Amino acid sequence: MKETTQIIKAGLKKRYAREKRFRFFGLMSIIISFIFLIVLLVTIFSKGWPAFQQTYIKLDIELDEATLGINKFSEEDVLFSASYQKVIKNSLKQMFPKAKGRKQKRARNNLVSKSAQYAVRDKVLADPRLLGTKQSFWFLAKDDIDVFMKGNIDRSLPESDRRIKDYQLIWIDKLIAEGRLERRFNTVLFTAGDSREPEQAGVKGAIMGSIFTMLVTLSLSFPIAVAAAAYLEEFAPQNNRWVDFIEININNLAAVPSIVFGLLGLAVYIGFFGIPRSTPLIGGLVLTLMTLPTIIIASRAAIKSVPPSIKQAAVGLGASRMQTLFHHTLPLAMPGILTGTIIGMAQALGETAPLLMIGMVAFVAEVPGGIMDPATVMPVQIYLWSDSPERAFSERTSAAIMILLGFLVMMNIIAIMLRKKFEHRW
Amino acid sequence: MPIQTLLSTLLALLLFSFFIGSKRSLAVSTVRKGRRNLHSRPNYYGFMVAIWAGIPALLILALWSSFNASIITSLTISGLPESVQMQSKDELGLIINEIKNIASSGNIDAETDMIKKEAAFHYHRLEQISLLAKTVIVFVVALLGMLIGRSLIKPEMRARNMVETVMRWTMILCASIAIVSTIGIVFSVLFESVQFFKAVPPTDFLFGTHWSPQTSIRSDQVGSSGSFGAIPLFIGTLLISAIALIISVPLGLMAAIYLSEYASPTLRSIAKPTLEILAGIPTVVYGFFAALTVAPFLRDVGESIGLSVASESALAAGLVMGIMIIPFVSSLSDDVISAVPQSMRDGSYGLGATQSETIRQVVIPAALPGIVGGVLLAASRAIGETMIVVMAAGLSAKLTINPLEAVTTVTVQIVTLLTGDQEFDSPKTLAAFALALGLFTITLLLNFIALHVIRKYREQYD
Amino acid sequence: MTDIIETLPSMAKGSSESAEVISQADNTRQEFDVEISGTVGKPLIKNPKMSSRNCDVFYGEKQAIFNINLDIGENEIIAMIGPSGCGKSTYLRVLNRMNDTIPICRVTGEHTLDGEDIYGKDQDPVLLRARVGMVFQKPNPFPKSIYDNVAYGARLHGLASNRSELDDVVEASLIKAGLFKEVKDDLLKPGTGLSGGQQQRLCIARAIAVDPEVILMDEPTSALDPIATAIIEELMDELKEKYTIAVVTHSMQQAARVSQRTAYFHMGKLVEVNDTDKVFTNPEHQLTENYITGRFG
Repeated sequence: MKETTQIIKAGLKKRYAREKRFRFFGLMSIIISFIFLIVLLVTIFSKGWPAFQQTYIKLDIELDEATLGINKFSEEDVLFSASYQKVIKNSLKQMFPKAKGRKQKRARNNLVSKSAQYAVRDKVLADPRLLGTKQSFWFLAKDDIDVFMKGNIDRSLPESDRRIKDYQLIWIDKLIAEGRLERRFNTVLFTAGDSREPEQAGVKGAIMGSIFTMLVTLSLSFPIAVAAAAYLEEFAPQNNRWVDFIEININNLAAVPSIVFGLLGLAVYIGFFGIPRSTPLIGGLVLTLMTLPTIIIASRAAIKSVPPSIKQAAVGLGASRMQTLFHHTLPLAMPGILTGTIIGMAQALGETAPLLMIGMVAFVAEVPGGIMDPATVMPVQIYLWSDSPERAFSERTSAAIMILLGFLVMMNIIAIMLRKKFEHRW
Repeated sequence: MPIQTLLSTLLALLLFSFFIGSKRSLAVSTVRKGRRNLHSRPNYYGFMVAIWAGIPALLILALWSSFNASIITSLTISGLPESVQMQSKDELGLIINEIKNIASSGNIDAETDMIKKEAAFHYHRLEQISLLAKTVIVFVVALLGMLIGRSLIKPEMRARNMVETVMRWTMILCASIAIVSTIGIVFSVLFESVQFFKAVPPTDFLFGTHWSPQTSIRSDQVGSSGSFGAIPLFIGTLLISAIALIISVPLGLMAAIYLSEYASPTLRSIAKPTLEILAGIPTVVYGFFAALTVAPFLRDVGESIGLSVASESALAAGLVMGIMIIPFVSSLSDDVISAVPQSMRDGSYGLGATQSETIRQVVIPAALPGIVGGVLLAASRAIGETMIVVMAAGLSAKLTINPLEAVTTVTVQIVTLLTGDQEFDSPKTLAAFALALGLFTITLLLNFIALHVIRKYREQYD
Repeated sequence: MTDIIETLPSMAKGSSESAEVISQADNTRQEFDVEISGTVGKPLIKNPKMSSRNCDVFYGEKQAIFNINLDIGENEIIAMIGPSGCGKSTYLRVLNRMNDTIPICRVTGEHTLDGEDIYGKDQDPVLLRARVGMVFQKPNPFPKSIYDNVAYGARLHGLASNRSELDDVVEASLIKAGLFKEVKDDLLKPGTGLSGGQQQRLCIARAIAVDPEVILMDEPTSALDPIATAIIEELMDELKEKYTIAVVTHSMQQAARVSQRTAYFHMGKLVEVNDTDKVFTNPEHQLTENYITGRFG
């Protein structure tokens, strides 16, 4: 055997060990990334699941005409403005007469949500003849009770470290024994707007806000981006400085920090044009500028992939370049354009920072009804809730994240299906 | 007429214009030898009339709507008694806001202050006049345009060419929006920054090491001026970005190498989309994760080994940001690595190199410019990232490079300074724009270099 | 094996058809009964450096090479010629297991180097490739300096224990490749900055630096101008004193100029192997004759 061969042979073992190590690092990088992803999702899902359930308390309410100061024949607005809180308090007093001192009495009244009185009011308004009778109601439980019922407050802690005190535990045990506590699907989460009280807070306002904002974004960015992409691909003169400048700008805009777009919105849209802040309109306008580069880049790729032979055929039959574009190139490129658009919209849907700059971070309890109403959007709602100290908001934040991720997954699946279905190999 | 109704009526009018345009073209052509005689197809005559009717009307509508508010406001101010007008800009602004609120409340009579009541009436009247005038003018212009367009129709008229020219210019306009928004960003940030630098010398801002923007409302209070030394913010930003890059660059690069050089097609087809999921998760979710899970975890770990870790440590924010950037780095590196020609790899294998030797000594050196470009883009992204740091990093501007302490960043301060209601031109608010100017300049520079490097790299192997 | 039997008749038919077209054009009314049943000439020799028996190569389902038997002698230059896609490059890559880097590629048969099984269990592809070097069609210097390009293999394999030994290896290799005079002052400049011919000689120097026993050359001059080609051919002639060389080439003149033996490949089969003089003056097989007389290729 040659000398060189022997030298090489001697070194092989070490080299293969190094090869193995390198491979292992590569595999580890992927595994570590996966572990991060799994930890992230598991944390959020395990925190968020309980929020899809809500504890309800059953109370028997004496709809006493004297206490309420109304009767069957009262006018509707009198019925509306009566203080129903009193009868709820009375009912709780009857059930738990032993409460002593202001603190305990307040805790007793706080077993049910503040929204309980509206539940009573609505029922009375619907049928005033119920006045004077005794009715059973399932009320939303106050957030602390809800958190306790979900096992997130440890009974074995010393009383001073617990949010639920011993006397409250006695009440809860009594309610459980009488079958007056129940966990149900949390419909409030989907049907209510934001609220300062966790048990009354829902994401409907944020979802509607997101939908309106996305509508504005889509209706502006899609046509503008397609027109821009079509111009740059099909009409723009080659080696033209203006066109180069446009391209540089598009690429740079794609990488400008999103918060800067928020400042642009603040200074130009609000400061100069006077568009009202906190509305889906201005949110959509800001997000349009952000999604434009994404959609333009995707659309250009899609238009570029349409084979020139088809365009030449159309031109050869006497079509103008514009007719070729609209009759042939764009329809053929549409799946790619739509995929890019959906991906751009998914980005916009998850965007938070620029919207903080233009007032969409305000507390809005009402569900917006149009693009000019004050609104917030899903990610900003998540940000707002994550900032709230109440324990119950933490699980609602996770639940809101789950809902948002659900929307994003759906959009991405649609994009993937679109790509699969219309994938062409020319 | 409210804007929605106005727009939908205008749309109906445009449809009508289209209809009469195409009808008219057919009518004109039958006089002579029929529709073969038309230069363009009837639809194009329809579009032409619609363009004549629509574009001038829409332009007027857009201009009117843009300047409506400011003109009415200034008219209202000039209608106010001189004693009120003499007041400072801030106070005048407050009064105007109040007047607007009164006017839009729908119950002006309830107001007790006579001057404001008067002004509110004035404001309300101006608004009504403006709305009426806008509606009338827009429709008159639209109708006139329609008539002009219709009268232009002749068989030899080149309607298609006209329509296509208009469309082409519309497309150019759309493409130019990228430029307009860049200019918009530059000007909006620059303009306010100049205001800021009138109050605070640029040297103080750029080289000052103390940041506490709290200005008091009354000038006689202690610490009324605030101090705007931005060094701690930029150091904090760099610290967190550096942590993020230290985590994401090796992991992302190695993941890309493994996926493109070693992984079986099955693993690749699973792992790639899974990594993409990390990129698709909104930043606010990462922020929540960092603040609620990672930061407490790091603090507990630190405690157990006797280290004091701040609950809003730079490490937590940087770590989570690093995770977020992994797919970004890996997909960019993947592109760059697969651009290295196979012949280069063959050359190395042919000499008896193992796969990892080939990757480390040939593929990566060959791909280095592209990888550097990708890392620069990732850095620009880390520097500009907002939500993670807003939720997981601190507010106190400490000048430190210890990753276990809490630091604040440029983006955190911009958000803090601008959320909530503040008057628009206090130095505190303006400082946010100066910070944004810095942020924009740095990221622009990074992007520009990165894109240039990557483009040069691609040309090399094309 | 059944695959081959099934495909054989159709292939023979295909080639006879093309021959027919040509003969009509020539108007000589010649009819060939062309069948490639085995290799004619002298594919096997005594004491071969490398040898292959029953070599088949598959790309996925497709078979690229059919039952090749060939010996390559010590210190000879064997030229492999044939029309495009005939499998000559694929066969060359069998000899140093370069096909291992293509996942769908499968090689069967027995292949030996000095009697050792190339594809054997205890054979190491890394060691094999160090012993059987390769020069490619397109010059592919690494994006490193000239010095580092040549030192690359020696460094990997630990052939030099210190810097001065490495310097010696680099210098010796560059001298052997006939490049030293031209680049001795620019050793630290990037290898990609050289001209095409110089780059290819750099790649040869790079291969020599590992001290191989066999050098495989895959159309080494097809990307070069005639002057650079002449220099490389001269170089090959000098190198055969020390190394065994197998060269795939498109140019029959090159094969005639540099090689001692010539192998003619046709559609994945080895048609004829003979001394180069004989192949070009008096080919045994009809297909070989057709090819060297320029009737197709």
